[in-house]
Amino acid sequence: MVETGKQSAVSQTETPYLRISNVVKRFGETAAVDGVDLDIRKNEIFALLGSSGCGKSTLLRMLAGMERPTSGKIILDGEDITGLAPYERPINMMFQSYALFPHMSVAENIAFGLKQDKLPKGEIDARVTEMLDLVQLRKYGSRKPYQLSGGQQQRVALARSLAKRPKLLLLDEPLGALDKKLRQQTQLELVATLEKVGVTCIMVTHDQEEAMTMATRIGIMSEGQLLQIGTPAEIYDYPNCRFTAEFIGDTNMFAGPVVVDEPDRVEIESSDLGGRVMIDHGITGPKGMQVWASVRPEDVHVHVVPPPAGPNTARGVVDDIAYLGSFSIYHVKLGSGKVVKSMVSANHWHENDVKAPTWGEPVYVSWRPDMPVVLTR
Amino acid sequence: MSLLKMKAKFRLGKTAVISIPYTWMLLFFLVPFFIVLKISFAEQALAIPPFTSLLQEEEGVIRGLSLYFGNFSFIFTDELYAATYLSSLKVAFFTTVMCLLLGYPIAYAIARTDPARRNILLMLVMLPFWTSFLLRVYAWMGLLNENGLINNFLLSLGVISEPLHMFHTDFSLYLVMLYAYLPFMILPLYSHLVKMDVRLLEAAADLGAGPIKAFCAITLPLSKNGIIAGSMMVFIPAVGEFVIPELVGGTDTLMIGKVLWNEFFDNNNWPMAASVAIIMVLLLIVPIALLHRFETRELEGKGNV
Repeated sequence: MVETGKQSAVSQTETPYLRISNVVKRFGETAAVDGVDLDIRKNEIFALLGSSGCGKSTLLRMLAGMERPTSGKIILDGEDITGLAPYERPINMMFQSYALFPHMSVAENIAFGLKQDKLPKGEIDARVTEMLDLVQLRKYGSRKPYQLSGGQQQRVALARSLAKRPKLLLLDEPLGALDKKLRQQTQLELVATLEKVGVTCIMVTHDQEEAMTMATRIGIMSEGQLLQIGTPAEIYDYPNCRFTAEFIGDTNMFAGPVVVDEPDRVEIESSDLGGRVMIDHGITGPKGMQVWASVRPEDVHVHVVPPPAGPNTARGVVDDIAYLGSFSIYHVKLGSGKVVKSMVSANHWHENDVKAPTWGEPVYVSWRPDMPVVLTR
Repeated sequence: MSLLKMKAKFRLGKTAVISIPYTWMLLFFLVPFFIVLKISFAEQALAIPPFTSLLQEEEGVIRGLSLYFGNFSFIFTDELYAATYLSSLKVAFFTTVMCLLLGYPIAYAIARTDPARRNILLMLVMLPFWTSFLLRVYAWMGLLNENGLINNFLLSLGVISEPLHMFHTDFSLYLVMLYAYLPFMILPLYSHLVKMDVRLLEAAADLGAGPIKAFCAITLPLSKNGIIAGSMMVFIPAVGEFVIPELVGGTDTLMIGKVLWNEFFDNNNWPMAASVAIIMVLLLIVPIALLHRFETRELEGKGNV
């Protein structure tokens, strides 16, 4: 529980700025959001990442007040806002479709929220100018939304949602409507703008690259639940479940029972690999437990001569090569039929003075024992 | 080669398609209008047809053109006509306002219900069209009469001791006008309201506007064209309405449609009737032209939004 009265006594790092506690949203029988707990710190950019239908948008709409949680509490800056109507919340949202008012000019769109607060006209004008400058649309104030490009509309939507200086800014697929090239360019621009105004921000996206680029922390959502919360690096390097490992980046997954369980070493018998996966640290769990080992393609090496026999190696043939310029992805088909992906840098073969293996040629794959991540669910 | 041929064919087809409405308008609007215009400049005569020819002929040779302005000058000098036009405009105006006040909430409600039920509700709005307009007005007569259904019902309940005088009053006139024209207001309003993106209202709420403010600032301005279209659909035919004021309106209700009827059938004065009609058209053309200019400006500004 957040103690409203004693806030000054509690340091900011201890008190979350926004606390979502055990929020559930049911539509009929199905739970779109199924018991989410989440603490957000002040001034952080938090990304809710998941595929469509995972409940991330419903969670966002509950924060905005457009959906009422079935149960649970949302507390922002010490105030319980769970039951407040959208127009009573100090929260603003940038809509995926931007939802700019088509009959109003850019300046009028930005001023709309300020007018609802009945600010004096001079102050509204000053704030609108400030916002137009922030998104570099000074000269476009009198234009109508349909006269702007997609990128400009996105900036107007951002300016409009920032104009009221909300305690919390919600971004619903902020760059989803832009084409890929523009999207990448806008990602950093958007982060720079958000950091400049210093706003606490929750964004929803299905694009992992967008989340990794923009967010300070990411929450992975699936089937209404938050599976993992962490910085982009934490989530990529230490996924806590198969869903996260496979959703963020690419990975090779080997399933099997634990056959050796020492404090400094674990071995998994994998029929896919046709051998054992060895990991150089212990895990908590009984011997014989079914686990998964995730190995990233960049950690898998391809050899033309057999590496020393042992765990973490296998023989296969080159099934496919995806040439991506600075690197290639080798798809190596093992005896079991399992395809292992390996990322090989463009000058790897040249540096090692080896002729690059090509389609149908026999090769070997291997990885270091410190590379696999053991997943228990 | 074949591409050129196809292009030519396409152009021909395009011309054909576009020419259909134009031909229709020419045959059934413009030509009749000019015939009426011609008659309005003639004089009443004891002949068949009962008006003089504008062309002065002598032995088959056209000698000149004689235009008679007497009908128009009579309309402008006789106060009865001015009063009638004003009264028609007044009735049409209040009918339009009532249709708008009642039709807007109905159209809004239909546009916001779930799509499965929308079509049923729209059907209900259009259902009266399945019965003849005249029959429906007669039905109202049966309802509103001194010994009509409503009075008998209220008398039997003991709510009133003697029949209410509703029939042949302004009340019955406006009631039946409202009833008859309401669908023409609802349908264009609905088609505008249903197209509106509800996320705009979410955005307005998000920015701090309560439901009433959001309605006034977003929904109302965005349905402006629907309001204009619906109002025109009601106002223009209402000005010339004849049947309703004749059958259910008060005897002292002056309507231009009634005057037209009298001039044409009772006085057999075709030129006078034509002049009255021409002035009515001119009265209506002004708001239509204004509307048209407004709409083209909107279209030019917006492209295909």
